Amino acid sequence: MTLIRPRWSSHLFLTVFSLIMIYPVIWWVGASLKPLDEMRLPAIWPSAPMWSNYSEGWNFSAQYSFTHFFANTLLMEIGNVFGGVVTAALVAYGFARVNFKLRGMWFAILLLTMMLPTQVTIIPQYILYNSIGLVDSYVPLVLPHFFGGGAFFVFLIVQFIRGIPRDLDEAATIDGSSVYGIFLRIVFPLIKPALVTVAIFTFVWSWDDFFAQILYLSSVEKFTVALALRMFIDQFEIQWGQLLAMSLLSVLPSVVLFFLAQKHFVEGIATTGLKG
Amino acid sequence: MAYKERNLAGYLFISPWLLGFLLLTLWPIAQSFYLSFTDYSMLADPVWTGMDNYRKIFSGDDVFQKSLTVTFTFVLVSVPLKLFFSLMVAMLLAKNLRGMNFYRTMIYFPSLIGGSIAVSVLWRNMFGADGYINGILAWFGIEGTGWISNPDTSLGTLILLGTWQFGSTMVIFLAGLKQIPQELYEASAVDGAGRIRKFFHITLPMLSPVMFFNLVLGIINSFQMFTAAFIITKGGPVQSTYMYAMFLYEKAFKHFQMGYASALAWILLVIVAALTALNFLASRYWVFYETEGGRDR
Repeated sequence: MTLIRPRWSSHLFLTVFSLIMIYPVIWWVGASLKPLDEMRLPAIWPSAPMWSNYSEGWNFSAQYSFTHFFANTLLMEIGNVFGGVVTAALVAYGFARVNFKLRGMWFAILLLTMMLPTQVTIIPQYILYNSIGLVDSYVPLVLPHFFGGGAFFVFLIVQFIRGIPRDLDEAATIDGSSVYGIFLRIVFPLIKPALVTVAIFTFVWSWDDFFAQILYLSSVEKFTVALALRMFIDQFEIQWGQLLAMSLLSVLPSVVLFFLAQKHFVEGIATTGLKG
Repeated sequence: MAYKERNLAGYLFISPWLLGFLLLTLWPIAQSFYLSFTDYSMLADPVWTGMDNYRKIFSGDDVFQKSLTVTFTFVLVSVPLKLFFSLMVAMLLAKNLRGMNFYRTMIYFPSLIGGSIAVSVLWRNMFGADGYINGILAWFGIEGTGWISNPDTSLGTLILLGTWQFGSTMVIFLAGLKQIPQELYEASAVDGAGRIRKFFHITLPMLSPVMFFNLVLGIINSFQMFTAAFIITKGGPVQSTYMYAMFLYEKAFKHFQMGYASALAWILLVIVAALTALNFLASRYWVFYETEGGRDR
């Protein structure tokens, strides 16, 4: 009996706690179908679901519908994820397996940049992009991902590669493979779980990177979903039902991706761990 | 492989990062340092003004003081709260129970979407005067307020939003907890240690490197808080949520005082660097690193 009781209470506690955590999200789903005068009610389901929140919200702007904004954002994401995954893998392999001069110093610098507040570099970066006429384009948003995808991701993959036995490399060297061959044929296929993790994080974080988007995109034609939502919220009289419906749709890609890749994702985190 | 060949290969592999570092990090740092001593609006060339920006910031800028106070309050409250909360939850989730994956997903879920502008929109609605939080409070006979439009509660609303997204901190704690050898707990159980003693004498010391990591990055990230303040409260009311990052953004990209904003950026860098250094110094006294041969220090 004494063995069973704590289990039971843990389950009870976890269930209640999970519900509290997730309640705002569930309420959100219901609220996206509510008319304005029912917004205040904590009840989840509206008296009569208002599907027009979705159809009207989708076309809230006279110029462009959300189809346009979603297409913009997805296009940007293709560049970000591709650039981030490929270059982070290359850079991480260099740090993890090739013993070159000053490697330790560069790696220390890489780790230090993780702690650098973005505010310190953002103004000169903006001036730079502005001077070559790239403000109000996707270049400032996509290009940084092609530079190693971010220090955190490089670090994550380095940790992962360090967990791969060196015997494989050595065997391949004896068979006549170069460092490049080892990377392509041995390491790259083995680090897939880590790359999936990087891809998901890159996708979600750049989808949510409101600061960079509001900074660099100014014409509505190029707006991302986040900027479209911001335009929505700035309207004179906020149509909350429509706004919440569109907000909900805007997180859907991240959520779907997360659940599709969850198995890989967990594997990536678990094996990477935080070994030190 | 020959030495030269190896160097070439190494630098080729890291070249994307190296190029980005030089172009988009190192050079901008140097340039923003220079700009912080100038008056620059992007329309004309920067004009050297010496220490003027810094003098103005420290002697006469009330908004600077206000936003710094707000940001420090935010960091001081939200970082410990989030650490405490995520550690407690991680310990719960580290148990081997049936259906644990389900609980983990539910609890992690808000953090997956939490940084998005969409969640800020949701928060603005929930905590508005006509939001459902007030609806729930009404059941208990409590009359709510406009949580966002009231300067006394607006910052608290943002802190709550930050705490709701403790997921990534928690995942790191969870990974750390799994690496504590079970033998330690078994040995201490033989010695008759209770749960509280086990927590303070095993869990906490073994987890201290992870705690340190979360603390350092938590502080750095909280200092840069932007989206939620920008969307939910717009820095108001009466600047009660006017975060430093927002102040800097408006100085630079609304008023185009690039020199002044660069000085603000450098002050932020110095504050963050000082706090991080302090953390590293203090870590000698409470962070334990286990090595192969036993305790390192």
